Amino acid sequence: MEGEIEPVDCASASKPPRLEIPKVPDDSEKPIAIKRLKDVEICVPIVYGTMAFHLGRKASESQSHRWTVYVRGATNEDIGVVIKRVVFQLHPSFNNPTRVVESPPFELQECGWGEFEIAISLFFHSDVCDKPLDLYHHLKLYPEAESGPKSTKKPVVMESYNEIVFPEPAEGFFARVLNHPAVVVPRLPAGFVLPTPVPIDSVHEKGRGDTKNHPLSHWFMNFSEADELLKIASARQQVQAHIIKLRRELNMMNGLPPPPNPASGHDYA
Amino acid sequence: MDAKDILGIPKTQLPTTQEKKSRPQKEPQRKPDGISREVYALTGGLAPLMPSIDVSQLKKRPPSDEKITWQWLPFTNSARKDNLQLYHWVRVVNGVPPTGDYSFAKYNKSVDVVKYTDEEYEKYLTDPMWTKEETDQLFELCERFDLRFIVIADRFPSSRTVEELKDRYYGVSRAILIARAPSPTDVSGHPLVKDPYNVSQEVERKRALSMVLSQTKHQERKDAEVLAEAKRITDSRMASRAAEEPEMPVASHVGSESADRAVVLGDTVSPSSNIQLPSATVVPSTSIIADSASTLASLRMLRVYLRTYALEQMVQAASSSAGLRTIKRVEQALQELGVNLKPKVPTKAVCAEHLELRKEILTLLNLQKQ
Repeated sequence: MEGEIEPVDCASASKPPRLEIPKVPDDSEKPIAIKRLKDVEICVPIVYGTMAFHLGRKASESQSHRWTVYVRGATNEDIGVVIKRVVFQLHPSFNNPTRVVESPPFELQECGWGEFEIAISLFFHSDVCDKPLDLYHHLKLYPEAESGPKSTKKPVVMESYNEIVFPEPAEGFFARVLNHPAVVVPRLPAGFVLPTPVPIDSVHEKGRGDTKNHPLSHWFMNFSEADELLKIASARQQVQAHIIKLRRELNMMNGLPPPPNPASGHDYA
Repeated sequence: MDAKDILGIPKTQLPTTQEKKSRPQKEPQRKPDGISREVYALTGGLAPLMPSIDVSQLKKRPPSDEKITWQWLPFTNSARKDNLQLYHWVRVVNGVPPTGDYSFAKYNKSVDVVKYTDEEYEKYLTDPMWTKEETDQLFELCERFDLRFIVIADRFPSSRTVEELKDRYYGVSRAILIARAPSPTDVSGHPLVKDPYNVSQEVERKRALSMVLSQTKHQERKDAEVLAEAKRITDSRMASRAAEEPEMPVASHVGSESADRAVVLGDTVSPSSNIQLPSATVVPSTSIIADSASTLASLRMLRVYLRTYALEQMVQAASSSAGLRTIKRVEQALQELGVNLKPKVPTKAVCAEHLELRKEILTLLNLQKQ
């Protein structure tokens, strides 16, 4: 697979994913042993952040902005397939600072005047993972540049891209999300038998769970990995060129023949 | 004293030296009675803390009301089958010789080797690999040599391995046991029935043992390295699973690694570790690779994690051998190259490339130092 974060060890890179059945001790309280897929990772790209609108004329001392904090799929697909609920922990000065959102789109709107750190806890469905994952985001209300009168039309947007990784997903989970657009799932070798997926009881009170037609969607930031990849690739080339040059100089000083190209000694797969 | 006069050393000496002189004279002035001086000196000249021997008992005389003689008398040994009569000295008390069997007869133990009849053989014990003759010979030797299979194997007319002989013996015994038992449940607790002899496992086990025995020092060192590595990986796993539910007993799995497992592991790991040792920078690169491997392992133990977290861990592992200043210089280099210190779009590919870039910058900095 491309871009594996792995040490130079060709042996494990080509291992096919295999089932791992944990040994259940005789006197265990767990009745079922969960079958997991080893060397397989399920990845859910997400974007989370805040969007703040200045209230303009309607602003008061204590309520100058209306802001929304949210977690969405990076491609605006419905992440409710993986995430069961999200808990936003706000500043204690808010009423009921622990806000629970039970269904997608996972967002929360509030009014206020201050910037603070919001703790976002993602809770997953029971067949996915029984431990929550925590994210942190700083609520930004004021733009970088002091651009004169604050516009009520243009929000201050602060988003972060990240990917939720499940390193050894349960078979049932894999089977359930196999073809869902919000989830990145590797291809299993042919003939791999998965159990029939059990649909989860999902609550979609707000209609659809995806954010493709979200009212604020045109303010969403674009995250393209291509630019970053290009930047890093060119940086790597520069560094590699430096290395070759230095090695040659060093070997000339030591009276040795020029060294082989470092690319041949490493595996950049 | 005269010498001191000559040398001009003052006559008055320090009190400590005088103490030392007087102390040796306080050696055991009294030695206890009852044992001779030389014997007492064996204990180092000091009395034992707890007198182990009651000194007054040492010169005890036997009770004088008994008349003891020693006589040269015949005796029989119940362990012998041939009624051989031998003679030995016997302590006779008041004219009455001691009664009872020869005192060593009780040590003549033998094994209960199963005896089967011909019909039992026909019914339960036939085997394509063994003739009745061979089986009978085997059992006779087993009885004769008390199941010392090494000897039996040596004496066996046709060449069979120890494992084969054991397999046949235990197989026959087991079959007879089950056949003769009134009901299967009666014998299900018997060790022969519960854990039958496993030929392949035995062969494998002995082969592994002999491999361990014939290991060279080099191989031994390699094995120690691999085991230390495995221990480190499990330790980091245990650390990251400290608060988790005990679903997979990984630790016990690793803990039960026997010698032969370690040998097999050593065989498979050593070729790949040879690939990982390129040239001059041997030590740092192996430790970095080891750190990365253990970081990857501990990441896999988490049920869920963020890509950015994984990248942070891997970056930490890769720069574990670098000082703070070097890390700052790496970050400086990244900035000069126009690359974000933390990727804005941390996808799997981007994170991998970023990590590789950091490693390359480290290599470059190391080279520049030279």
